[in-house]
Order: sequence, then C-alpha cells, then structure tokens
Amino acid sequence: MTTSDVQLMLDVKAGDEASFGLLLRRYRTPLVNFLNRMVRDSATAEDLAQEVFLRVYRARKQYSPTAKFTTWLFRIATNLALNSIRDNRHKQMEDSLDEPAEAGDAAPRELPSREMRIDEHILERDRCDFIRRAVESLPEKQRAAVLLHKYEEMDYSEIARILDCSESALKSLLFRAYETLRVQLAPLVGLPAGRRAAPARPGAGEGRAS
Amino acid sequence: MKCEEVSRELISYLDRRSNSADRAEIEGHLLVCERCRMRAAEFRQVMGMLDEVPVAEPSFAFDARLRERIAAEPKRSWLRGLVLQPRLAFAVALLLALSIVTARMPHQAAPPAASLTPEEQFQMIDHLGVLENYDLLTKSEVLAEVPVAPQQQEEQNQGPQQPDNSGGGS
Repeated sequence: MTTSDVQLMLDVKAGDEASFGLLLRRYRTPLVNFLNRMVRDSATAEDLAQEVFLRVYRARKQYSPTAKFTTWLFRIATNLALNSIRDNRHKQMEDSLDEPAEAGDAAPRELPSREMRIDEHILERDRCDFIRRAVESLPEKQRAAVLLHKYEEMDYSEIARILDCSESALKSLLFRAYETLRVQLAPLVGLPAGRRAAPARPGAGEGRAS
Repeated sequence: MKCEEVSRELISYLDRRSNSADRAEIEGHLLVCERCRMRAAEFRQVMGMLDEVPVAEPSFAFDARLRERIAAEPKRSWLRGLVLQPRLAFAVALLLALSIVTARMPHQAAPPAASLTPEEQFQMIDHLGVLENYDLLTKSEVLAEVPVAPQQQEEQNQGPQQPDNSGGGS
C-alpha cells in the first residue's frame, strides 16, 4: 500500500529522512515539468524545483496537514515561478534599453494564420514544439491553471487554492486559456498528429531511478 | 442554459468534473447550439494535443545536488528552536516572569524579639559593632588591657571605695 503524501511529510517532520527521499522521487518530475513549462528554461526550472524541495525540507518541523501536500508543494512552485518570470521580465527590459533583444527565444514565435497552408507550417516547424510554444505563450496565470489542470489533473478547489482565487474565477481563467489555445492551435485542429511527440532531447528522460 | 453559461462550464464538462445536473443541461444545449458544439469539439482536440508535448525530466544530478544543499543547511541554534517552537518559548517566558516577580516580592522579616521595646531595638542597631564583638567583650582580660581616659580612671578609683566608705560608716 502506498503511503500518503501527508503521512510521508509527517514522518519527515519526525526526523525520517528516507520519507523525504520518497516525496522527492514522487514529485521531482512533475515539479520540474511544471516549472519548465512555466519559466521556459530547463536550467532555471531545475534550480526552482530544488528551491521548492529545500523550502519543504526547511519547513518540515512546522508542517501541519491542513491541506493536501500537493497544494502546498505547487503553491510554492507557482509563486517561485511567477517571481522568476517577473524578475526575468525586468531584466529583459533593462537589457533592451542597451541593445535590442534577439528575435529568437525571448519573443514568442509568430503563430501561423488560419489561411496559411498547414502542411507548409508543419514542414518548417515541429508540431510538438508548436503546441508547447502555444502553451508557453499564455499569460502566466492562465498557463499555470492549464498546466495544473491538464498535466497534474488537480481538481478545481486545489488549483484555486494554489492560484489564490475563487473556483468561479478559475473556471473563467481556464476557459480563456483554452479559448486562446483553440485559436492558436486552430491550424492543427482536424489534422492527425503526424509527427507525434518529438523525441526528447538527447539524455533527457534516461536518468530516472524510480 | 445560455451559451455564456455553457462556456463557463464547458471545460469541467469536457474533463468530466461537472456534476450530473450540469452535464444534462450542457448536453441539452449542445444538441441545439451548433456554435457551442463546435467549440466543445475543438476544445476536446486541444486537450488531446497537449498530451503530445513530452515530459521534461530532471537531470541526473538533481537528487545529489539537492542532498548537497540540504547537507549544507546551517544547523538550528537553540534560540532559533525557541523561536520556532511557540510552546517551549511560552514556557520559558513564563518561568522567567515568575522568577522576576518572586525576586521583587518583599522578604518576610524575622519576628522581632518580644522582650525588646522599639527603643531598645534602635539602640541595638547603634551598638551593632559592639554586639558583633560580643565574644571579645566577654573576656575581661582583654578589657583590662584597654587604655582608660584619666577622668574615667579617677572615677574607677573612687568607685570601689564607696562601698567601703558606706560600709565603714555603718
């Protein structure tokens, strides 16, 4: 029988380091994945994920199971990600005063119009990358809502607590996010996933010791 | 349900998280509204597309790096322990307050000797130095060696004679 997150955290509080290792193995991938999609940079995402676990470890003595462990974990992660995005934005603004930013990674790529021939677009850009960029181009809060809803499969009350909003506001947020995605991904709608899930970067996904 | 209300509940309908009453109402609306029906179908496709994005895995060194950082964490000081444990901090503060109050309370004075009048007690304070050396005073040999003033010596010399004079006259 799998030990619950709350029980593991209570064990960590009581001084059981092995339980912290179990929580780490259970949540490092979802957390890195979530942060990677939030901050759009794998190195920053890993640093932030480390910071999340470190904060959990530091707060172990004060842990009280008032909410789900994942709510607490992803709330820390979301706040760190939003702060990082804000800091990065300020830095980019400062940099842009000195020199124009390169039109590569900083600016979201121009999405194709509905009139553009979709096969042309698919040929020049990976379908998977296109979808990922559509998600990443969402406003931060909408992006966090979609990631928690779609990938972490959290219920509305939990996501609302993480994003510090009402369930009603969350529903509106999710609708607006999916509506934006529907428009942006319209060129792909109705097409079979030809080049499905491009292979991960070399080395990625091989290191799991679970 | 109107289109606006359906839009708000459409995501929870599609991910099967809406309650059965809402589901029935939304399904009823989708049967008659082509626009909402199309939107629902496209939302469903978008949700499917999101599954195509590969998962980003942590690096090999993730765990090792985290353990290093945890090992480098400063150890807790006793003061920090007090600050972070309110119950313990409260107990210590209470003990401290009690000891201060106790220290400030007037100590109960020893009962005065019943035989002494207040005037005598006052004189005792005056002769405190003498009383402290009571043992010394009780030794007559020592007293004999104390130099005496001439007037006092004369009185002393006359003193013992008085009984004799009185005795002689009787």
